Amino acid sequence: MDNLIEVTELRKQFGNLVAVDGVSLAVKRGDVLGFLGPNGAGKSTTMKMITGFLAPTSGAIKIGGRALTDDPIAAKARIGYLPEGAPAYGEMTPAAFLDFIGDIRGLTAMQKAQRIREVIAKIHLEGVLNQTIETLSKGYKRRVGLAQAILHDPEILIMDEPTDGLDPNQKHEVRSLIKEMAPNKAIVISTHILEEVDAVCTCTAIIAKGRLVFSGTPGELEARSRYHNAVTLTVDTSHAQAIEEALRGLQNVEAVERARHGDAVVRLTALPQNGHSIFTSVQALTQRHGWTVAEMFVESGHLDEVFRAITTDTRPSLAGEQK
Amino acid sequence: MSRVGTLMGREFRGYFATPVAYVFIVIFLFLTGIFTFYIGNFYERNQADLEPFFRYLPWLYMLLIPAISMRLWSEERKSGTIELLMTLPLSLADAVIGKFLAAWAFTALALALTFPLWLTVNYLGSPDNRVIAAGYIGSLLMAGGFLAIGSCISALTKNQVIAFVTSFVICFAFNLSGFPIVLDFFRAWAPQALVDAISSFSFLTHFSSIQKGVIDLRDVVFFSSLIAFFLYANMLAIDAKKSS
Repeated sequence: MDNLIEVTELRKQFGNLVAVDGVSLAVKRGDVLGFLGPNGAGKSTTMKMITGFLAPTSGAIKIGGRALTDDPIAAKARIGYLPEGAPAYGEMTPAAFLDFIGDIRGLTAMQKAQRIREVIAKIHLEGVLNQTIETLSKGYKRRVGLAQAILHDPEILIMDEPTDGLDPNQKHEVRSLIKEMAPNKAIVISTHILEEVDAVCTCTAIIAKGRLVFSGTPGELEARSRYHNAVTLTVDTSHAQAIEEALRGLQNVEAVERARHGDAVVRLTALPQNGHSIFTSVQALTQRHGWTVAEMFVESGHLDEVFRAITTDTRPSLAGEQK
Repeated sequence: MSRVGTLMGREFRGYFATPVAYVFIVIFLFLTGIFTFYIGNFYERNQADLEPFFRYLPWLYMLLIPAISMRLWSEERKSGTIELLMTLPLSLADAVIGKFLAAWAFTALALALTFPLWLTVNYLGSPDNRVIAAGYIGSLLMAGGFLAIGSCISALTKNQVIAFVTSFVICFAFNLSGFPIVLDFFRAWAPQALVDAISSFSFLTHFSSIQKGVIDLRDVVFFSSLIAFFLYANMLAIDAKKSS
């Protein structure tokens, strides 16, 4: 029993629209849950319920083992939340804003001063501290939102698209920050950027049309790909036809895909049946025939392809597999 | 400092972070001057009191207070900061009261800045300062009533213009609810008891008795319960509108 966040059969209905439909999640200390799904799938609504902003239509939310409805204020005190779009009071400066958050979070003057100093250094806000928030760039606004969320060093951190609108360097910084904080916290981030999952998450949940359609580790997600354990070879165009046919003949090879890659070379990808490992047999084949192969590697799986397959096909069988 | 106090402080400083506060105060003082000296005939009356000032204050408030209250919640909803505010460890009541108190303190400041009128009247004659004090207390209560109405309305819309116009109309109705302009509207179809009830809601009636120097408990209870009622409605409005 060390789930900091435990969500059971959560459901939210707006009029006739079912935004979230029977979502269950559990996040432990040390976990970084990547919450994935197409736009409008119900990610933000779920997060709004976990943070106590919206009341669920039905279902239970436990924060640190206690029902959220038992003592919402105590639960909110344990959570740091970056809402979608990182809203902040535009007329305030980041310095005044963080000071306000520190006060309302009940930090003592000394704690507050120390935490503000730490957070500013961590998130690199030094340059804009005394500029009003409304004049800041999108990236800085997002960082102010992030600073606000981690100011009280919460055990639970919930961030709705923390890297949206950041440039690649800033994304990298935010991801490093999340990884650095991860061991002591339960973190949930929502995103529709799949590389984020590989970069920071220890587990993932995919939601589509309000329903949970996958939950597991990023590795398990990749294993669902047709490309999981596929072998890709880059070969000379002149040999391509012969190699392609030979690959098709191999045991456990389901299909071979061909893609032009540069002028004189072709990229062939042999897809395995049921995720079998075919690397050794492909390697043996190339040696037997003495083909020159410019490169050859095993694919771990294409996340975007799995994502598309899972979120556009929401048959109950997929959701059923969660149990 | 308590959470309500913290929130109130932030909100109050927020008025001064933009030109809103200064524009409001200048216009308020300018208009009170015009009403008192020109329309209220302060000098011609030859009486040492602030009756010309207090007489027009309900009309001034009816116009200006919705300008303060319109942004209270509609701004939070429009910019999304309501989500931030409502996920901080404070209750809905704390948030509603904190924001209301900040706006009330701001109107109190504007009201206090009319002190030159009081100095003038004391310089020119010897007024009954207890009556003037009662007038100020009544004005503050009335401002609170208008603000509570405006705060509740602003929670219902993301659009500040709609919040302003709607609050203005409702404040207007409350001002005049003892007069034919409002009562005739109900008399045609409503039972007499309802018409009587509505006529007893008139801000003008309740304010005029206080302003004459009589702080009647009934008038104080009227304004306090009106504020409590609209702040409660304000909480319900926020809860109902949060998801949209």
